[in-house]
Amino acid sequence: MSIATAPRRLLQSQPMTDTAVNVSPRPAAPREDAPRAETADAPPVLATRDLSLWYGSQQVLDRVSLAVARHQVTAVIGPSGCGKSSFLRTLNRMNDMVSTLRIEGAVLYEGVDLYDRRVDPVAVRRRIGMLFQKPNPFPKSIYDNLAFALRVNGRRGPLHDDVERALRAAALWDEVKDKLHASALELSGGQQQRLCLARALVNEPETLLMDEPCSALDPIATSKIEELIYHLKQQYTVVMVTHNMQQAARVSDTTAFLWMGRLVEIGRTQDLFTNPREKLTEDYVTGRFG
Amino acid sequence: MPADSRRDVERTPGRFRRRVHWSDVFGFGSTVVAMLVSLGALFAILGYLVAHGIGAIDWNFLIKEPAAVGEPGGGIAPSLVGTAVLVTISSIIGIPLGVGVGIYLAELAGNSHLARVTRLAINTFVGMPSIIAGIFVYFVLVKPTGTFSAVAGGVALGVIMVPIMARTTEDVLRLVPDTIREAGLALGAPRWRVTLGLVLPAARAGVVTGGVLAVARVAGETAPLILTALGNEYFPSGLFHPIDEITLRILKYARGPYDVWHQQAYGAALLLVVGVALGSSLLRLTTRGYDMRNQ
Repeated sequence: MSIATAPRRLLQSQPMTDTAVNVSPRPAAPREDAPRAETADAPPVLATRDLSLWYGSQQVLDRVSLAVARHQVTAVIGPSGCGKSSFLRTLNRMNDMVSTLRIEGAVLYEGVDLYDRRVDPVAVRRRIGMLFQKPNPFPKSIYDNLAFALRVNGRRGPLHDDVERALRAAALWDEVKDKLHASALELSGGQQQRLCLARALVNEPETLLMDEPCSALDPIATSKIEELIYHLKQQYTVVMVTHNMQQAARVSDTTAFLWMGRLVEIGRTQDLFTNPREKLTEDYVTGRFG
Repeated sequence: MPADSRRDVERTPGRFRRRVHWSDVFGFGSTVVAMLVSLGALFAILGYLVAHGIGAIDWNFLIKEPAAVGEPGGGIAPSLVGTAVLVTISSIIGIPLGVGVGIYLAELAGNSHLARVTRLAINTFVGMPSIIAGIFVYFVLVKPTGTFSAVAGGVALGVIMVPIMARTTEDVLRLVPDTIREAGLALGAPRWRVTLGLVLPAARAGVVTGGVLAVARVAGETAPLILTALGNEYFPSGLFHPIDEITLRILKYARGPYDVWHQQAYGAALLLVVGVALGSSLLRLTTRGYDMRNQ
């Protein structure tokens, strides 16, 4: 899907500008029909610029500038408490619930500052889905978990085809096709997480955020999810937070290393793990701390 | 050589010898005593009601109007109908308002100034003597309309239900894990949709239990009804006319001088207790929710 044809209804009030990291967070005149070509370098779909974040007086992120390429898996690694989860949650405004939150800098999605006053966080979250650390299916049937997602997106009429498609995309269909109306809570942890993935995929968002999606799962369930993530990037842009460096190395194209709220290094995953530029990164990926 | 291998087994457990832990005995023993005393009191009441009241209950008791003063026979049908009418009116008023306030407090208000004032008010009203609701409705409804009425009684009971409903709703909504709200919001659901479509259904069993308790509470209220519904020997002629209620009937008969009244008062009390117990167990059976603790 090119940028020009990307559904724009969800960010209606927002004028789109050329996608580049260095566009102004206050977009200039709308250029809805201007042609936009994807360059060979695949311009970043999502970028933060000098993003700082505070919970009350506690600073969690310090001027993080980072770009996420379309149809790639970007992993964010770092020790516990380095701010990686907080960072991820600013990308689809899930942090809005925190009343003491304060943000400076910008989060640009296709050139739109997601923290602009005119942006509707609900619309943002419809485009940028999220998978959480702990499987969090609704206490409803498997089918209703997906139906709820479809209906909040305005879908009416029969939903079965979309439910099946999403469950297949999450490699869960064969295991649940005969019990779609059983409670989602009866599934195993790994199945629940794949159901949550199906639920996140069912409305076909453009980008998926994953907050340590495997940390509550056993190794077999983890490898299933990792395999799915690897395939998902053909259709989606994925940003994944993980404390598991092997996982980042296995599934991601780009890795960013956060440390105490600062971005230490970002680069191709292979380079970052084998030939890090920063001493701090080297110490971390070789297990000398963290 | 089993005989040999047993040689190194000590005959007595020594310092591991089993002993009585008196703190356990007293601790758990006292809870068992508390349970027995309470349960005993409840069953004593029930047994007393059955012993004195069962004789009054027959088909006529359920379908007839009261007999002439002091005469045997007759029933309490107007009281049963009146109770149903009053509980219905009060539920229509009290449950939606109370649930609304509970949702506001749990999902929207956070810890704002207004929320703290609301909570203080609710806690005050939950503990407020119910006669005050009666006096309030007497002055705002009975005096202006010039008549005691079913509507006035229902409003008085509804006023009593609101704080009970609000507090239980807030409490059970707070038990719903935030992960459910996050999951809904992350799908791009607006907050009202998350609240009504996810949080409230997840707390359904708790809200229903709160509703049952609130209904049971007002079904047994007498004081506010004396000033609002008044009571009536006959079937009510309309919602804006005085109406009877089962505890008003019990009060009247229990204070009266006739043995047949006393027996019928016991019978009515027995019906009330059994009715509330049956009603609440039925409702809870039919609306069993998912177990939230699995989350």
